[in-house]
Amino acid sequence: MISVDNVTKFFGQVLALNGVSFEMQKGEVVGFLGPNGAGKTTTMRILTGYLPATSGTCQVADFDIARQSLEARRKIGYLPESAALYGDMEPIEYLSYLGALRHIEKSVITRRIKEVVKTCGLDKALGRKIATLSKGYRQRVGLAQALLHDPEILILDEPTVGLDPNQIAEIRQLIQEIGKQKTVLLSTHILPEVEQTCKRVIIISEGKIVGQGSPQELIHQTRGASVYHVKIRADRAEIEKEVRSFPHFRSVDFGASQNGVAHVRLSFESKNDLSEEIFKLVVAKKWGLTELRREEVTLEEVFKKLTQ
Amino acid sequence: MNPILTIAKKEFKDTFFSPIAYVFISVFLFLSFWMFFSNFFIEGEATLRSFFSWVPVLFIVFLPSVTMGRWSEEKKSGTIETLLTLPLKESQVVLGKFLAVFFFAVTAILLTGPLALTTALLGNLDWGPVIGGYAGLILLASGYLAIGLFVSSLTENQIVAFILTVVALFLLYFLGAEIVLVYVPDFLGPLFAMASFHRHFESIARGVIDTRDLLYYLSMTGFFVLLNVTSLQSRKWE
Repeated sequence: MISVDNVTKFFGQVLALNGVSFEMQKGEVVGFLGPNGAGKTTTMRILTGYLPATSGTCQVADFDIARQSLEARRKIGYLPESAALYGDMEPIEYLSYLGALRHIEKSVITRRIKEVVKTCGLDKALGRKIATLSKGYRQRVGLAQALLHDPEILILDEPTVGLDPNQIAEIRQLIQEIGKQKTVLLSTHILPEVEQTCKRVIIISEGKIVGQGSPQELIHQTRGASVYHVKIRADRAEIEKEVRSFPHFRSVDFGASQNGVAHVRLSFESKNDLSEEIFKLVVAKKWGLTELRREEVTLEEVFKKLTQ
Repeated sequence: MNPILTIAKKEFKDTFFSPIAYVFISVFLFLSFWMFFSNFFIEGEATLRSFFSWVPVLFIVFLPSVTMGRWSEEKKSGTIETLLTLPLKESQVVLGKFLAVFFFAVTAILLTGPLALTTALLGNLDWGPVIGGYAGLILLASGYLAIGLFVSSLTENQIVAFILTVVALFLLYFLGAEIVLVYVPDFLGPLFAMASFHRHFESIARGVIDTRDLLYYLSMTGFFVLLNVTSLQSRKWE
């Protein structure tokens, strides 16, 4: 559906994108992550034909965005950053206007508007000028605009920025719903959002792609060691002696003991889950166990590691 | 409907139902009526000459207020990105906006119609120069508007667009005035006169529509509409 091949973009002397390549299959929801100024918006602007690439090619729905721009743009629904809309218009008026500009037939447009109003939950915003709507509703009008012509591809630039947690959850749900049928590329720097909405993630930093894959894959790749927090009712020296004989053992630390329960932090040179082995050891030694927890690596840590 | 007309319709509504439009139309009409009638009874002639000599100067200030925000506001708010990523050509969007401000200016010009009718009632009006004058005003306005739209596409600030347009129109208008021509070298004189809005308007206001004048206005308009398209495409330049 989308194929970006070795795209480079210069703004004057500044290199904004440096050999960016990625593919997106039909029906994929891909999260586009990166710190501010990494090149997310620039990539999206190139994909939507707003800006040309300095070199490299972009195929969108089998059309070259530079050479068959109009055909490609017909297939795309685009929500630009901060969803700029005409404040003087009412949502329906705005959607009709864009529908007309997109050559949607009169008989179809009324039905489509009804549909996107329903999908985006715009009922309460109708009959009011867009300028008077809350940020959340404006974002939804922008999303409705992007969905209006039922495009195969949706490109959403920070669809949840500036929204409150409830609104974020709603938009996220909406995107998940939409993603069942469409190819969606959405940029954000809110990581929990990506973990929940996207099956695949592309991480960009300083104009280069530094990581690609499902959130789990990325976490797995980044994880160098596994760390466990265990609370055991046993003697420190005994615990230390036993865990040192574990395969892949790296280190053991003891926190403050409470009522004879030792807080042990174990770390191993292995990405595999060793919780079960630890549990078996505890059982075999007939120690008391009050807690066994593997320290999670979050996408946030992956992001930090890859983009620093 | 053709997207050019769709844009024209929307932009015309925006222009017509904005506070600027009310101020524009009422002040413009007030000034042109006032200027007209303050001389009318003194001269005692049934002619619209003085009206046609004043309005081009009024337009230097008034028409830029119509065009100033048309692009700059889209740039400032970011709506231009949605507009230019629609499956439309830049030229279609530019033409749509141009038509909108053009129809607005034509509306304002036609609202001065009562002047001609009053004059015709009071005396023996020669309609030839009046029709020529109106045609000239419309042509002149289209040139002004094309320049205004182009300047508006250069900046995000509509006040800057307004001031730059007024200055540009002022220079273009008075380039051909005698007071300027006296001070320029002889060989530049005809060139200045040819480039000036003022000179071309004079002959039309006399009721003579010369093809050279027509060509001048149309090419002026076309040139700046093209420049406007180019300035939108310039975002794609390296």
